[in-house]
Order: sequence, then structure tokens, then C-alpha cells
Amino acid sequence: MRISLMTTCLVDVMAPDVARATVTLLERLGHQVVFDKRQTCCGQMHTNTGYYSEAAPVVRSFVDTFEPSLDSIDAIVMPSGSCAGCVREQHQLVAQHEEDAVLEERVAAVSAKTYELSELLVDVLKVTDVGAYFPHSVTYHPTCHSMRVLKVGARPLKLLRAVEGIDIRNLPESDSCCGFGGTFSVKNDATSDAMVTDKAANVVSTGAEFVVAGDASCLMNIGGKLRRTNSNATGPQAVHLVQILASTQEDPFIPSETILGRAS
Amino acid sequence: MSTVDLGIPTIRPQYASPSSNLRGTQSFPEAARGELDDETLRGNLSHATSTIQSKRASAVREVRDWQKLRNAGSALKWQVTDHLPELLEQLEESVTAAGGVVHWARDGDEAGEIVTRLALERGAEEILKVKSMATQEIALDETLEHAGIRTIESDLAELIVQLAGDTPSHILVPAIHRNRAEIREIFLRAMPDLDPSITDEPAELADAARRFLREKFLDMPGSVAISGANFAVADTGTLVIVESEGNGRMCLTLPRTLISVVGIEKIIPSFQDLEVFLQLLPRSSTGERMNPYTTLFTGVTPGDGPEEFHLVLLDNGRSAVLEDPEGRSALHCIRCSACLNVCPVYTRTGGHAYGSTYPGPIGAILSPQMTGMHGPDDPNTSLPYASSLCGACYDVCPVKIDIPKILVHLRAEEVDQRRETKGEFRGTWDVAMKGASTLMSSPGAYDKAVRAAGPLSKVLRGKNIGKVPGAVPLVPGWTDHRDLPKPGQSFRSWWDAREKDDDAPTRGEEQA
Repeated sequence: MRISLMTTCLVDVMAPDVARATVTLLERLGHQVVFDKRQTCCGQMHTNTGYYSEAAPVVRSFVDTFEPSLDSIDAIVMPSGSCAGCVREQHQLVAQHEEDAVLEERVAAVSAKTYELSELLVDVLKVTDVGAYFPHSVTYHPTCHSMRVLKVGARPLKLLRAVEGIDIRNLPESDSCCGFGGTFSVKNDATSDAMVTDKAANVVSTGAEFVVAGDASCLMNIGGKLRRTNSNATGPQAVHLVQILASTQEDPFIPSETILGRAS
Repeated sequence: MSTVDLGIPTIRPQYASPSSNLRGTQSFPEAARGELDDETLRGNLSHATSTIQSKRASAVREVRDWQKLRNAGSALKWQVTDHLPELLEQLEESVTAAGGVVHWARDGDEAGEIVTRLALERGAEEILKVKSMATQEIALDETLEHAGIRTIESDLAELIVQLAGDTPSHILVPAIHRNRAEIREIFLRAMPDLDPSITDEPAELADAARRFLREKFLDMPGSVAISGANFAVADTGTLVIVESEGNGRMCLTLPRTLISVVGIEKIIPSFQDLEVFLQLLPRSSTGERMNPYTTLFTGVTPGDGPEEFHLVLLDNGRSAVLEDPEGRSALHCIRCSACLNVCPVYTRTGGHAYGSTYPGPIGAILSPQMTGMHGPDDPNTSLPYASSLCGACYDVCPVKIDIPKILVHLRAEEVDQRRETKGEFRGTWDVAMKGASTLMSSPGAYDKAVRAAGPLSKVLRGKNIGKVPGAVPLVPGWTDHRDLPKPGQSFRSWWDAREKDDDAPTRGEEQA
């Protein structure tokens, strides 16, 4: 299949390894990955903060980038539950807010082909065993928007369970929010801190080497907290689902490539 | 001569009266900061909410058609919001036909005046109250106090809150922020006849409250009681009160005069609809299959219960909520408080941080709609932002109120308000968001900026970014608590380098 990669703005800048791993994985599975450099952002930050009119140009830019190639690609993939959720659930709201019926039609066409990574693998590419090898202990945080907006359910866990050598530990209170919430983490920083402190403590309690999730933003929050409270850098590291799935015997994951790596 | 179209005369719905307990004095982030520092509060809250939350989960799990019940509850509530005026008139007719008297209160002040007048006319000096959110909302106890009438809360938790001179912090469990040692102290201070050897065993504390209240029930000068209602049935004029302790039933049956103050959204179309709500409510709120006491009363019946029944139908900002098609389903709330117990924000900050009778996720959408959001300095303007939008509230809501969606809608409304007010749209966030919007909708400029981020951040030492000085806007909100990854080579730069390699057909030969 021909798959268009929407890295998300955060991954492109702050966690490029996540996008690289997506390319590695999809190509290994025999698919062609295309990357359109006109892509910017899905507009989630603006939308969720209430800046619909400022989100609108971003959404238009998103549609301008992906709509022209819709006929020549099979899917658009985003390695993020919340960004894919924004495209599928909120782009329409932004178009409605702007009373732009044409945009509403265009976003519907683009969002119909947009998938979060685990959805693409399990539902479109029909694969759960991607031939990955990851001889480490991990604990899985489901991330709110993957779970409650996209309803990806057990897809990520199915993918993880098929990974050779992996040791999956149950995360206590796994379905509780990590406290990221986009601009919430800054606007309500004290509350957000209380939330991520508890999440990090739960991660540490599993004794796992890695906390894994399908959203780089949540991982940046959890990983950032783990780094801050654990400055000698021996505790768990944050890693994206796709980085585990991209890892093989021949080309294993390099531990320094976590969202917030160990101090160099 | 030209004619002037004066339009159809309308009355604009008004917001809740300012005297209502619907707005705090501090913004949510400020108030939360104080509450988060209170270790005892954090402990009390997390213990209590996790207990109720898991009870609820098991009570819901055993109902096979739970999702269908939620759909039914939601459909009935939409029917109510769609036909509220007709249903209210029908309710008035039914209640009047059953011998009750219906009063209409535009806001909390009017409701307070009506109730005070009724109480004074009957010579009431002390009034017993059934736990009621509506009367908390309109600060009825304080209004009656001003008129020289003492109110006594008969619900155990409300009594604790009242005796402590405190305010409730939870819809169902008003004293959730207190532990039993604190409750013992409160009782010892407020009940002069209490034996000081009392321990903090729940049974002993409940017994003390029971004895205190029994005396009040038996000696009620003027004999007036005040209640709210969980449901008001339009076709029969029946009011329904769902409770656990039985004190409510004492208040509803013993006094000569009963006054019920009920929000206009509490209406349900027909008696049969109770089959849906009496399943949804107890399982969602206390995690019980059925609550211990359900009292249904219809007007007056000679020789049985109160001789006089007054129903005060309260608007207090509800029409303003109804006016917004996107936000109006906040009125569907049946006050079960399931959303509070699962909310990662509420369970850490507690209810007082919301500054309103209605805390938690439902409060964050209800309070600002009832009061209006009046500019950036209005504490209620901060409420729609008091959520990480995790969506746990929507999952548990028995009438499927899409709280996260309404939160975002209210944020947009607040931002739009400022955008349309000249000179208001230039705060730090506004500038940042406008700038980001321009950059993110200009693919060429954005491309350059992304590629520059890595090289530019090379000036910073280490692999991650630690604490950033407070003078930098917004960023310290992040870096005060957590590290930030330092941008390296952007993905797109890597992609370009790879493409270039792939395009070079001689690469393999060169390496050979």
C-alpha cells in the first residue's frame, strides 16, 4: 500500500525518532511511505484551547496538503491518538464554526482516510505480529484520546503481545489521564503536575524499563516527569509504540532514542 | 411612509443572580494550587472517590442493558429540553390539581423572597431541610438566616458542613473533604450536650447526629420543611426524592408545610419515565442497585403528610443555558456525581477549587453557563479550562452529556467573546496562538522553522531542557515540573537526507 505519513508537528520537531520508526516499520512490512513537506499541524492545540478561528487556517492547510493526493494513496497515518482524533472528530467542528460548508466536505474526505498507527496496522493492513523483537520489560499507558475518542481498544496491546522477547507489566490506574491535556499542562500546571506525579509513580511501581504509549505528547509529559524526578537516569524511559514495533533482531532499538533520552 | 419592524417582543433569559453560590473568588488554577498543597484533603479525596468509583463500576457492570438505559435517559432528557415550556405548564396544572401551590422564581433572589415570605407567614423560627443542590445554589440558608429563621440540614454530610461553617465540596458527598477525626471535632464544637468520650467510629458519629436531629424533628416551631427534588413528573405532578438516610422522608412527612425548591430542568415527562432514571441514578451515584429511600409525593392528601405544599420552580440561569444549542445538554444532569469521582482533576483538587455549588466536570460546564463568563477576570471564565479533556466524565455520565465537547465549545465561546471585544484580544495566549496559527498555515515558513529548531537549540546544554527562568512566557508552566526534550535533527531534514541518498544511483558503487 501507499501510505502518507503525517508525523504531527510535535513528532517532527521534538520526537523525530517516532516518525523514523514509523517509516522503518511500514517499509519493512512492504509498504511505500510518502511524506509531504507541506504538512504542518492538525490544529488540535488551537481547537482544544478554544481558538477555532485560529485553528481554521491550520485545518485548511492540512486539507490543502492531503486532499490532492487522496486518490493516489491508500491511507494517511498519524503516530498519535489525539491528533488522529482531532482530524476525525474536530476538523468538522472547526469548519462548522467558520460556517464553511466546502471545508466541511473536504475535511470529511480527508478524515475518512486518516488512521492512528494501531488502527492502520490492525484494521487496514490486517497485521498484529509485525515481526518485532524487544527484549525489555514495558508497561503500557493507553492515552485518553486513543482510548475514548478513537476507541482503539486492545489494538496496541495486541501488537505489543506479538512482539518477541517483550515482558508486559500491568500499569496500576492505567486509564487515568497523565495530566498532559495540551495547553492544560501549562494553564493548570499545578493540577497537571499532581496528575503526572501519580502517573510517573505508577510507572515506577511496575519496575518496567519502559513506559509505552501511542502518543508522543503524553510520553513527553510522563517521560519529562520521570527525567525530572530521576536525575540519575536509571529509571523507566518513555518510548512510543512504533519504536518497539520497528525494533528487530537485526536492527534493534537503541535505548538513547527514547522520547526523553537518558542524560548523555 | 416606511414602516419600522419592531420584531417579536422577547425576554432575554437572564443569568443566575449574583448572590448565588455559583462563582468563587479566585480563578480555578489559583484556587487549585491552594487545595493541592493540602495533604489531608488529597488523602481524604482520593480514598473516598476511588471507593465510590469502584462501587459504581461493579454496580453498572451487572446491568446488561446499561448502554441502552443511558440512551433512554439521554433521549428523555433531550425531549425535556426540546419541550420545556409545555412540560412546565403541564407540571403546574398537575401540581395545582393535586392541591399544591406553584410559584415561579426567575432567579435565586426571587426564590429566596418567596420561601422567606411563606416561612414568615407560618411563624417558622427553625426550618428543617432535606439535602438539596438547588437551595445550596441560591444560598437559601443565608437568606432565611437574614430573616431570622434558622435552618437545620438533616442530611448527615450537609449537617457536618453546616456545623463546621463550611461549604459542600461534592454533589453527593458534601463533606467528602473531611475525615472522621475532623468530623468528631466539628460535632464536639457544635453539639454542647455531646459526651466528650465519643470516638471517631462512624456508628458513634452517626448516632450523635441522629440524636441531635431527632430533637429537631419533634420540636419544629411553625412546622415548615424545605426540600429540593430529584425529579418532577409533569403528567402527575409528583415530586421524587431519592436518598440514603431517611432524614429526607422525616422532613417530607412530619411538617405541616412543605416547600420544595426545584430547578426547572428537573422535570420528566411521565411517571413511567421513572423506570429509567431510578435505575440510572443510584447505580451511578452511590454504586447501589437501589437507594434505601425513594419518596414520591403528589400535592396534598388530607390526613396524610403535610397540609400545605408549595413548589417553587427555579430558573436562576437555566434559561440562559437552554438558549445555547451546543451547551444546553448540561441541563440534563441528574446530579449523580459519577463524573466527579472519575475526574483526574476533581479527585486531586477537590470541589472547593471550582468555587460553585456544582463542582467537577459537570460544574465546569454548568456554572459558567448559568452565570455567564464576564471577561478574563471572571473566575468562572477559567472553569472550562479546568480539564485535560480526558473524557472519563463522558464515559460514566448516565445521561450521556458530552462534557468534553461542551468544555471545548465554552472555551471557543470565551475566546470568541474576547476576539470580538476591541482591545481585549492581546493576552499572552492570544499572541502565541495567533502567531502559531500564522506559522502553521504557511507551509514554506513552517518548513524553515522546523529545520532551524534543532540547530538553534544547540546553544542549550544537555540532551533535555530543564527549568526555564520565570521571565520566559508560558514555558515555565511546563519546565517547572518536567523536563522538555531538546529538538534535534527534525524528521523532515532526515527524510530529505534519505531521499537524496536514494536518488544517488552511484552510492553503492562508491561504497564498494
